[in-house]
Amino acid sequence: MTHRGPARLDRRNRLKRSLLILAVVAVYALHQDLWFWRTARPLVFGFLPIGLAYHAGFSVLAALLMWLLVSRAWPDHLERADRKDAGDGA
Amino acid sequence: MIPALIVIAYLAVVVYIGVFAFRSARGKEEVEEYFLASRSIGPFVFLMSLFGTNMTAFAILGSSGHAFNNGIVTYGLMASASGLVIPLTIFLIGTRVWALGKRHGFITPVQLFRDRWETSHVGTVVFAVQAVLLVPYIIIGVMGGGTTLSTVSGGLVPYWLGGAIVALVVMTYVFFGGMRGTAFVNTFQTILFLLFGALAVAVIGYGMGGFKASAEALLASPGAYLLTRERISPWYFLSYTFIPLSAIAFPHITMFCLTARRMAQFRKTVVFYPLCIMAIWLPCVFLGVMANRATDIPEIKDKIEARRTLAVEGKTLSAEQRDELRARMDGDDVLLLLLERYAPLWLAGLLGAGIMAAVMATDSQILALSTMFAEDVFTHYGHKERFGAHVQVQTGRAFVVLLTLVAYAIAMNAPESIFSLAIQYAFTGFASLSPLLVAALFWRGSTKWGALASTLWVAAAVTAVAAFQAAVPAPPPGPPVVVAKLFGLDLLARTPGGTAVLGFMPVVPMVLVSGLLMAVVSRLTPKPSPQTLARYFGP
Repeated sequence: MTHRGPARLDRRNRLKRSLLILAVVAVYALHQDLWFWRTARPLVFGFLPIGLAYHAGFSVLAALLMWLLVSRAWPDHLERADRKDAGDGA
Repeated sequence: MIPALIVIAYLAVVVYIGVFAFRSARGKEEVEEYFLASRSIGPFVFLMSLFGTNMTAFAILGSSGHAFNNGIVTYGLMASASGLVIPLTIFLIGTRVWALGKRHGFITPVQLFRDRWETSHVGTVVFAVQAVLLVPYIIIGVMGGGTTLSTVSGGLVPYWLGGAIVALVVMTYVFFGGMRGTAFVNTFQTILFLLFGALAVAVIGYGMGGFKASAEALLASPGAYLLTRERISPWYFLSYTFIPLSAIAFPHITMFCLTARRMAQFRKTVVFYPLCIMAIWLPCVFLGVMANRATDIPEIKDKIEARRTLAVEGKTLSAEQRDELRARMDGDDVLLLLLERYAPLWLAGLLGAGIMAAVMATDSQILALSTMFAEDVFTHYGHKERFGAHVQVQTGRAFVVLLTLVAYAIAMNAPESIFSLAIQYAFTGFASLSPLLVAALFWRGSTKWGALASTLWVAAAVTAVAAFQAAVPAPPPGPPVVVAKLFGLDLLARTPGGTAVLGFMPVVPMVLVSGLLMAVVSRLTPKPSPQTLARYFGP
């Protein structure tokens, strides 16, 4: 168990990292929305062309992706290093 | 005159904020306080100011102007792509720059490069390229200030005086307040713009008889294509996602990342950044498109006629005549024209102040350049030891004054179109410099020679694109002028809006070649010492 623990953790971290990279690539791909390229209708809320409304929605999706990255892949080690340095200094 | 008075009152408030920041900074370590606000900016100011720093005159007035002539594609090109790429780079690069700055005391990106790659002169080359790419921003800020003040006052404040007032205000609060003053002012300006932007949409929408009616009328008109992206190449659209890579490579943004008190402050900034972009750009782009229905405004009617003439008769006209029509159809003032026509006087003043807020985002660039001069040249070449920290700060302040005066002199004597173009090159140039940051932070194997090769490539490529566009006149709207072919593909072409390389904007090959040069040259050249690598990547 003690031998398998770190290996399993490492595998989980690698899987998590791969899934997050996949999420970033998928969102980037969704930016290229060829499907609404040549049409203005439907007008969302009666005045917003669908191509513009889609990209407004994309902005919200980007915010959700950032939330996912911040909550799942925050570089804690950088903060820890800073606190350690501050501690050493004191 | 009332709107102009409101704007001038607003400018007085801005100066007060800068001076207030100066007072609150007393007693702190002088150099870090002036250039980095003692690395003590709190979470709210950090988000608002970082965001405000990116909201330049180009972003606000330029976005509605671009949307006026190109339609809703503007949002996808400039806003939603930025909403993904900029926070991603802040998350990946900004946090690491902050941690290294805190640990090693860096103030500018060049200091990081010099230390990371154990080099002096390569850092100086990077400084020179960054400085040349940054200067047009400052000039265009002064021009934007002159135009805005002149427009909101109905011509009572002449362009030269408007530019002088804005230059003086920015110079004053940057001079006294340094980074803290700039951050406070940017925060105030961003809040103002967010509030008044929403108000502007409501008032203009009401004035135009409602957006539903306007959108339907535009759909039924020859301008219906503006509500789709049918005239834009998907390759061009894809290329544009490379442009926001420039944000983190702009020295003022990299430096601003160093001002955060704690790394946790990046969290909210990263998450809320796409939403802030949407809050400002969606109304600007939408209003820019809808301005095509405001033909009761003579200036807008004239722009639409110029665009139509260019599209229909462009092929039969000379390059000069086409340029003249392009200047006439330029839409950078449509937002101001809509306000003038549909908003009551007092509100036009408040909204003008909001637009002025965006125009004055040039303060960050002025501070960044003076910081770079003080740190990367003055201190690096030994003058700090000779004269002390106080003289270093005074040198930075003197540089702020000098830079503002030079920018004002150039702004009053040169056509705006030149600098608008230069800003486009600056975005491309800084995006192509982004591999330097990535390599310095993530790749042990990168070397100073790789960095030098990338930087020289960027300088050469930006110059080549500028020379190419000056030599080959822009064609009328329609197919591009193909200059070179390779295996049946359009290798190099002059498009109505710029240059295309294999159908992509120049930024794509420039970023890719920059990254490739960094990789290849670094592999062939000696690495920094193990001690240096251990400080950055651990043993």
